[in-house]
Amino acid sequence: MKLPETIRAAFVIARRDFTATVLSKTFLLFLLGPLFPIALGMGMVGIGAQVDRNAKAPPIAVVSSQQDYELLSAARERLMPLADSIALVELRYVPPEGDLAGQQKKLLSSEKEPVMAVFDGGLSAPHLTGTVTSRDRPARQMKLFIDEARRMAAQPQVSSPKLQITQTREMAGPQAARRVQTGRMGQALLFVLTILLAGMVLSQLIEEKSSKVIEVLAAAVPIDAIFLGKLFAMLATSLTGIALWTIAGAFTINSLATGGLRSLPMPAVGWPAFISLTVVYFSMSYLLIGATFLGIGAHASTAREVQILSMPVTMAQLVLFGFASLAVGQPNSATGMAAAIFPLSSPFAMIARAAELPDIWPHLIALGWQALWVALILRLAAAVFRRSVLKSGKSRRRFWQRSSA
Amino acid sequence: MGERPIAAEARDLVKDFDGKRAVDGVSLTVPEGSITGILGPNGAGKTTCLRMMLGIIDPSSGTRTLLGHDRPIEIAHQVGYLPEERGLYPAMPASEALAFMGALRGLPIKESRRRSLELLHSRGHDDWAKRPIRTLSKGMAQTVQLLGTIIHRPKLIVLDEPFAGLDAINQEKLEQLIRDQAAAGVTVIFSTHVIAHAERLCERVVIIAEGRSVFEGAVDEARDRLRPIVHLRTRVADGPWRAALPASAKNVGGEWRFELPSDGPEPLLKALIDGGAGIETLSIERPGLHDAFIAIAGEAAAREMGHVHVADEAA
Repeated sequence: MKLPETIRAAFVIARRDFTATVLSKTFLLFLLGPLFPIALGMGMVGIGAQVDRNAKAPPIAVVSSQQDYELLSAARERLMPLADSIALVELRYVPPEGDLAGQQKKLLSSEKEPVMAVFDGGLSAPHLTGTVTSRDRPARQMKLFIDEARRMAAQPQVSSPKLQITQTREMAGPQAARRVQTGRMGQALLFVLTILLAGMVLSQLIEEKSSKVIEVLAAAVPIDAIFLGKLFAMLATSLTGIALWTIAGAFTINSLATGGLRSLPMPAVGWPAFISLTVVYFSMSYLLIGATFLGIGAHASTAREVQILSMPVTMAQLVLFGFASLAVGQPNSATGMAAAIFPLSSPFAMIARAAELPDIWPHLIALGWQALWVALILRLAAAVFRRSVLKSGKSRRRFWQRSSA
Repeated sequence: MGERPIAAEARDLVKDFDGKRAVDGVSLTVPEGSITGILGPNGAGKTTCLRMMLGIIDPSSGTRTLLGHDRPIEIAHQVGYLPEERGLYPAMPASEALAFMGALRGLPIKESRRRSLELLHSRGHDDWAKRPIRTLSKGMAQTVQLLGTIIHRPKLIVLDEPFAGLDAINQEKLEQLIRDQAAAGVTVIFSTHVIAHAERLCERVVIIAEGRSVFEGAVDEARDRLRPIVHLRTRVADGPWRAALPASAKNVGGEWRFELPSDGPEPLLKALIDGGAGIETLSIERPGLHDAFIAIAGEAAAREMGHVHVADEAA
């Protein structure tokens, strides 16, 4: 059968599968699918923040003069910008009592107002009592506070000039770093979508097998057309879902993020080209992995067997993703080139490249290369399918079938 | 058959599955416009033969041509196929299922949809059009699939056990449909293990037993392999007339049964009369296809066919 006829037959099958999927009630659930991990993620973040607040480290009790405490507090405030996201140990002023040893014991054993350690001796003879060691972060931070407080006490306050800031457009250095972020983000998105959606073709194939339609299809059109049709259908279904998710996502980001979409790091090839390449690389990645899954589906005769066989493939995909992620930040290195050339990791490596380097021509070569491999894997999967499914005699039982029978 | 063009031809088809031979040298020739039955017990290799003919599976050795092509998939749009294991998408409305099958075989989707409604209408099934397949009875679904086999107006239709699962009325309708298709010049090949259908419909039969084609030819040719059977009842139990009966004659419930001698009925009649048999009744029965099948395929295959036949009739 000639190629145009194969493509025509593939579209007939794709149209049936696409319509059957998109017009089903379950497609709505499919569209709502990403909400679950997002809601779960937000919930986890909320719970995490709450846990974080609840689990906030207790302060260090500062048993000293009011003046020393204020100097220590001022020093802590001054060092705060350096700490950025690292939490600085809290300080709590406790007026000294006559019996220092007794006061230390009482403070350290208090469950109502627990403290991490007790500081005494002032700035002249600082002393920390508690379970902390000199290597622990609270002890090291306390030492910094003391040093800064001493410096502040020794030197008169100088009026430093206000730092004037002139904001410019991005410089090459920070921009490159942010593009790496965009590359990683694009790569992760591509990987998650591919893994989530490529498995869908398997269920289609199992449906064909169980409903015996496969015999009708196989008599009418080449197996390649059946596989291609199934891949096209699920690709179209996935792209429909992705388009809706993208619109919803862009709207959400625009509404919630400061600066809207403009706040996202700009990829090297520009946003329009990057988004187009994301769609094309997703399609390629989907076709490559979908074709591989179809090959696996050809071996399996039940959903259980599919699940068993999908596991090692998913693991292999994780390895490939890890391999491709090594290329981020160094697209022209040996690793970067290898990840771009290896067909199954190529879409992931190339989308990261699109974020980092502005040239378009490598993408055209990569897409041609990937398309070639899609065709090769499809032919192979179709051959396996013909051998293992389209025969009326007993098939050779494979090792996993023997063990699961 | 001589000058008629050939619609389908197989030569020495062999198929091995994992070292086991399922089909062992089947040859057949199907003239254009004929109705050809592939007969054989379950497991004889009929379905495997048909699947090889259609190109669903490749033969291990041997050749086949379908409408002059040795790659059957290339002329799929001229062929209709009803597989033994019926397959339709359960959620698909009947008219869409028909249109889909037409589109698979090369019809533009609009034309296929038009024809699907036309086909349903012509058979008085307009109310099925929008009903999902899963809401139809088994017989209805089978009818839909059968209509899907002819929606693209093929030159050749291949039906694998088409009568299985149909009630008597639908079997009759299917027989009529096959006759109509043949009358319109369409070549029909169907497999069956029910000889009565083949006897009523077929011009030619191919008998397959244990993976081999043991007979191929016209139905009459198969029947002519057996001598006609004489059924004789006499008023006189014994006498000189007994010498006229062949040694293989058997008495079943007072009736003598034996093959008509090769010199014809006249010498037999004369010997019976002259010998004083007192003929009560005498009939000469031409053997049926079932008898021919027994003679050709052997007792074991025939027993299985006979058993299935009885069961089907009972059902």
